[in-house]
Amino acid sequence: MSNIESHTIAYVRGTMIPEQDPPITETGAIKWLRENLFSGWFNTLLTILSLLIIWWSVAAIGPWLWNMVWNAGSLRECREILAGAEGACFAVINDRWHQLLFGFYPPALYWRPVLALILLFVALAPVLFPDLPRKLLWFSAVYPFVAYHLLWGGSVWLPIVALLGFVAGYVAWRLIHRMSPLASVFAAVIVPVLWWVILAAPLNSFLYSGLPWGLDFVRSDRFGGFLISLVIGITGISISLPLGILLALGRQSDMVFVKSVCVVFIEFIRGVPLITLLFTASLLLNYFLPPGTSFDLILRVIIMVTLFAAAYMAEVIRGGLAALPRGQYEAADALGLDYWKAQRLIIMPQALKISIPGIVNTFIGLFKDTTLVVFIGLLDPIGLSNAIRASTDWQGVYWELFIFIGLLFFVFCFGISRYSMYLERRLKTDHK
Amino acid sequence: MSTSSDPRTKPAPPKRSFELSMLLYDQRYRSITIQVFFLFLLMLFAAWLVDNTVNNLRALGRDFSFAFLNAPAGYDISQRPIEYNSQMTHGRAALVGLLNTLILAVMACVLATVLGVIAGVLRLSNNWIVGRLMTVYVEVFRNIPTLLWILIFGAIMTEAMPAPSAFRGDTPAASMLFNDSIAITNRGVYVPSILFERDLGSFQLGPVAPSISWVLVILIVAASIWANKKIIDHATRVQNATGIRPKTWWKSILVLLGPLALYFIALGAHLEYPELRGFNFAGGTHLRNSLIAMWLGLGIYTGAFVAENVRSGILAISRGQTEAAFALGLQPGKTMRLVVLPQALRVIIPPLISQYLNITKNTSLGLAVGYMDLRSTLGGITINQTGRELEGMLLMMLIYLAISLIISGAMNVYNSRVTLKER
Amino acid sequence: MKKSIIVAAVAATGLTAGIANAQTLSQIQERGELNCGVSTGLAGFSAPDANGVWQGFDVDKCRAVAAAILDDPMAVNFVPTTGQTRFSALASGEVDMLARNTTWTFTRDIDLNLTFVGTNYYDGQGFMVPREIGVSSGMELDGATVCIQTGTTTELNLADFFRANGMSYEPVPIETNAEAQQQYLAGACDVYTTDVSGLAATRASFADPGEHVILPEVISKEPLGLVVRDGDKQWEGIVRWTLMALIAAEELGVTSANVAELAEGTDSPEINRLLGAEGDFGAMLGLDSEWAVRAIAAAGNYGEIFAANIGEQTPIGLARGLNAQWTQGGLMYAPPFR
Repeated sequence: MSNIESHTIAYVRGTMIPEQDPPITETGAIKWLRENLFSGWFNTLLTILSLLIIWWSVAAIGPWLWNMVWNAGSLRECREILAGAEGACFAVINDRWHQLLFGFYPPALYWRPVLALILLFVALAPVLFPDLPRKLLWFSAVYPFVAYHLLWGGSVWLPIVALLGFVAGYVAWRLIHRMSPLASVFAAVIVPVLWWVILAAPLNSFLYSGLPWGLDFVRSDRFGGFLISLVIGITGISISLPLGILLALGRQSDMVFVKSVCVVFIEFIRGVPLITLLFTASLLLNYFLPPGTSFDLILRVIIMVTLFAAAYMAEVIRGGLAALPRGQYEAADALGLDYWKAQRLIIMPQALKISIPGIVNTFIGLFKDTTLVVFIGLLDPIGLSNAIRASTDWQGVYWELFIFIGLLFFVFCFGISRYSMYLERRLKTDHK
Repeated sequence: MSTSSDPRTKPAPPKRSFELSMLLYDQRYRSITIQVFFLFLLMLFAAWLVDNTVNNLRALGRDFSFAFLNAPAGYDISQRPIEYNSQMTHGRAALVGLLNTLILAVMACVLATVLGVIAGVLRLSNNWIVGRLMTVYVEVFRNIPTLLWILIFGAIMTEAMPAPSAFRGDTPAASMLFNDSIAITNRGVYVPSILFERDLGSFQLGPVAPSISWVLVILIVAASIWANKKIIDHATRVQNATGIRPKTWWKSILVLLGPLALYFIALGAHLEYPELRGFNFAGGTHLRNSLIAMWLGLGIYTGAFVAENVRSGILAISRGQTEAAFALGLQPGKTMRLVVLPQALRVIIPPLISQYLNITKNTSLGLAVGYMDLRSTLGGITINQTGRELEGMLLMMLIYLAISLIISGAMNVYNSRVTLKER
Repeated sequence: MKKSIIVAAVAATGLTAGIANAQTLSQIQERGELNCGVSTGLAGFSAPDANGVWQGFDVDKCRAVAAAILDDPMAVNFVPTTGQTRFSALASGEVDMLARNTTWTFTRDIDLNLTFVGTNYYDGQGFMVPREIGVSSGMELDGATVCIQTGTTTELNLADFFRANGMSYEPVPIETNAEAQQQYLAGACDVYTTDVSGLAATRASFADPGEHVILPEVISKEPLGLVVRDGDKQWEGIVRWTLMALIAAEELGVTSANVAELAEGTDSPEINRLLGAEGDFGAMLGLDSEWAVRAIAAAGNYGEIFAANIGEQTPIGLARGLNAQWTQGGLMYAPPFR
C-alpha cells in the first residue's frame, strides 16, 4: 500500500521520520526556567532581584555560619579560636542550652519536665487521632495532675486530693440528679469548690504527714526558659478552650444580661495589650485580693494569659458558630434535643471543626506571646538571653542566642501550623 | 436543665397561679432566674473586688486620685512630637507617650500593608523563585515572636551600624549616604528635614501647638486630592457620554503638585541636612533606633500576616472571574488590578484591620528597646516615680481600649458598607 | 521540706492566709525562710554565682537578718526585683524586706508608706564614659546621649543636672543594668549614668575596665537603705538593729573571727550588751539573746562585708569613703546599744 503511493505521489513521504527531541527551549530545565522564571520582562526582573537578595543574604551570613565555633568557654576564647575571621560563636549555646531550655530547674531533675512533655503527647494522642482506643482518654483527663506533680513535685497527695474534688462533684451530681436535676448542677459546682477551699489543704497535709510520698519539690522561681513558655502556653490554651466556648455561647445567648457581660469581657480583653494584663497580674492583683494574699507569680500569669486567650478563643468559636447553617440548629430542635444536648452533639462538633485553623492560630499566637513575661521579671528564653549576656563571659553575644531561640519557636509553631493544615484537610474529606 | 417539659414551639401552658417552683421549672421564668442569679454572683464578686481594693488602699494609707497627673514629671523623653520638658506634668508626659504610640502604630501599619500586599500577591506569582522566597518570608516571620524580632532589629541597629564618631576625621570609617544627606548610625538614622524660611508660627489647640505651616500643607494636599478626584470624575462622565476619555494626566499632575510647589516656594522651604556636631549629628530629623527597631519589627512581622490575608483573599475569588477577565482580553496585571483585587478587598479588609489592632496593641512592647510610648511613660516611669500603679494602669488600659474600640468601630462601619454591595 | 509543700499547696489552690501588715516575724519563723528582695543582678551587691547561690554586699545583709531570726544564714529566698516591681513586691508581702540599691527619699518614705530602717551604703550618682572620647568633666557632656535605667531616681537627677547647667542631652531609657551595659559598650550612648557604686561594679565586669573613666562629678545624694513595710514596729526594729549591730560591731572591733570568743563576756559593757552577755535586748526584739552574735557570725561585721564584696581588694574596688566609720571620718554611725 505504502509502496504504491510512494510511487504515485512524489511529494508524499513514504516513511515516518524518526521522532525528534522537542526544541531545546521546550524541554527539561530550560522550559521550566523559561516558564517559571523568565516568562516576561517583569518576571525576569523579579527573578534577578530574588537571586540578588538570596546571594546577598548568603554572602552576609554564609561565612559567619561556616566558621562556627562550638567549643569555647567565653566569647573571648571564641574570638581567639577564630583569629580575626568572622564566625558564629555557638559555644554559648553549648555552654548554656540547658538554661535556655529549663531555666534554673535542678539539672538532676531534668527528666521530669522531659517526661511530662513526652506524656503530653501520649495524653494528646487520643484527642488528635480518633483511631486510638477510647480508654486512653482517661489518661488525658488525669494528665494535668500528673504533669503538675512531675513539674513541681512536692506531696503526691496534693494533685490526688485536687482530683478527688472533681470526683466529689461527680458523686454529688449523681446522687442529687434523681431528686432535682437543677440542684444537681449547682451541687456539681459547689461541692468541688467547697472541697478545694476547705478540705483539700488539711487533707493533703494529713496524708503527707502519714505517708510522705512525692517527688522533690521544685520552686516556681526555678522555672525558666522554654519550659516556662511551654507551661504557660499549654496550660493557658487548654483552659481557655472550654472558657472560650462558654463565652462564645454566652455571647450568642438570648439572655440579655449574660450576653452583655460576655460582650464586655471579650471586648475589654481584646482591646488592651497583653502586657497590661501581665502588669496587672504582677502589680495590681494584690490590690484586688484580700489584704495579705499573695500567690505564685507563674500561677497569676497563667490566670491572666488564660483569660486573654479565652477572649480570643471565644471570637474564633463564635465565627465557627456563625458559619454553621441555620438548619443545623433547627434540626437539633426538631429532634427535641435540649440546649446543652444540642450544643454537645450537633452544634459544637461542627463549629469546632470549622474553627480549627482559628484555634490553632490563637494557640500559636499565645505561645509566641508568652515571651512577654520577660517584662514582669520571669526568665523565659528572652529573659535568659539577657541574663546570659550580663555575665562577663558572654558579654556581646547577640545573634547566636537569637538564632537559637528563634529556631526553637519556629520549629514548634511551624510544626503546629502544619499539623493543623493536615487536620483540616483530613476533616474536610469526611465533611462533604 | 435536661427536663424541659415544653418544647419551645408549643403554645404557652394553661394559666396557672404563679408558684415559686415555676422560677426554676418554667421555661418562661427560668432564664430570668438564671440571669438574676448570675447577676447576683457577679455583683457579689465585683463588690468583693472593690471592697478588697478599698481595704488594701486604706491599709497602705493611699487614696485613689488622679491628681498625680498634674504634678511635674521630672523626667525627660527623647522623642517629643510636641513640646515637652522635665518640668511639665505627668499628664503631658502621658500625652507625649500616646502620640509616640500613635506615630509608631501608623508607621508600622503602612509598612505592614505595603509589604503584606506585595508579598501576598507575589506568593501567588508563577515565578517559582519569588513564590518560594515569599513563602520563606511569611513562614519565618509568622512563627517567631514579635518581641524577638523587635530585639533583633534593635540589635542590628546598635551592634551593626557605625557610631557617630566613626564619621569623624579625615578618613572616616563610615560615610553618609546620598551626597551627605542621610546618616545611619547606631543611635538612629538622621535624614534631612524640611524647614521654612518664612514660618507661619503655630497655634494653640488644647494641649498641643501644631505648626500653621504644616497644617496648611495638609490642607493643600487634601484640597489637591479632592480637585483631582473632580477632574477624574469629569473625565469619566465625558467618557460615558461620548466614549472618548479626555487626557487628564497633565491636569492631575498640575493640580496635585502645583499648589504645593507654589506654597513651598512662597514660604522658602529648604532642606536642613544633618551634620556631625559634638557627640552626635545635629540638624535634620532624628529617627531614633528605638523607633526604627519597633517600626521594622512590628511592620515586617505583621506584614507576614497581612500577606496571608491577601493571599487567601485573592484565592477566595473564584477562578471564573480571572478566566472571564482573560476572555475579555485583559492582561494578567490588569486582571489583578481591575478584577481580582477590588473583589478580594472585601475579604481582605476585615482581617487587615484586626492586624492594625494587633500592631497598635503591640506598640506597648516599646520598652524592650527603650521606645517612649504610652506604656513606657504613663505605664512605666510615671507609675514608678509616683507609686500610683492602680490609677496609672487603669488609665492606660482605658486609653488602649478607646483606641481599639475606635479602630474596630471603623471596621464595623466599613463592613456594613461593603456588605451592602454584595449580591 | 514540709513547709515548702504547704506553700506549694497554698500556691496551687490559690488560697492563702497571712497578714502582710503585722507579725512578719512569726510568719518568717513559721515559713522557716526570709523572703528578701534584691536587684536582678549587680556584681558585688547582689548576683547569683555559677551555682545559683546569691552573693554580694546586699545579699549578706539578708543573710545576717536570716541568721539573727532563724539561726541559718542560708535560709533566705532571694527574690530578684526590678526598679519597677520592687515596691509593689514589698507592699504585697511577696518579700519581707528590700536589700537592694534603693534610695531613701521623702516621697518613698512618706507617700509610698515604706520604712527605711537605715542607710546601708552612702552613694551618689555619677557618669561613666569611654576614655577615648576624652571627656574629663560632667560639664562637657552637652549634647551627649546618655543611657539610664528607668524606674529609678537616676533619671530625675539626670534631668535636674542637665537642666541646672543649661545643657541638653538625649536620654536612652533602658530597663535593666545588663541591657544598659550592652548599649553603652556598643557605643549607642556616650555616657552611662547610675550610682557610682553601680558604675564601679559595671566597669569591673567589662573586658577592659581601663578603657572607661568614671567622671569626678557626683550629682546627687543616694543613701541606699534597707526597706520594710510600714506598720510592723517589731519587724522594723529587727531589721534596723541587725544593720546597726553590724555597724557597731565594726566600731567595737567585733569580727566574725572573734565574735564567739567575745560573746562569752568581755570588759566592755557595750560589747556585752550587743552580744547578749548583758541585758536582754534580744527578748525586746522578740528574739533570743544570741541574735547579734549570729548576725555578725553570718558574714562578718559591716567592714568585713564591705571588704569581701566591694572593697578595694575586690574587682569592684570601691574605697570606703563616706561609708567609713564615723571615727574614721565616714558617715557610718550606729546609735548606742543601751
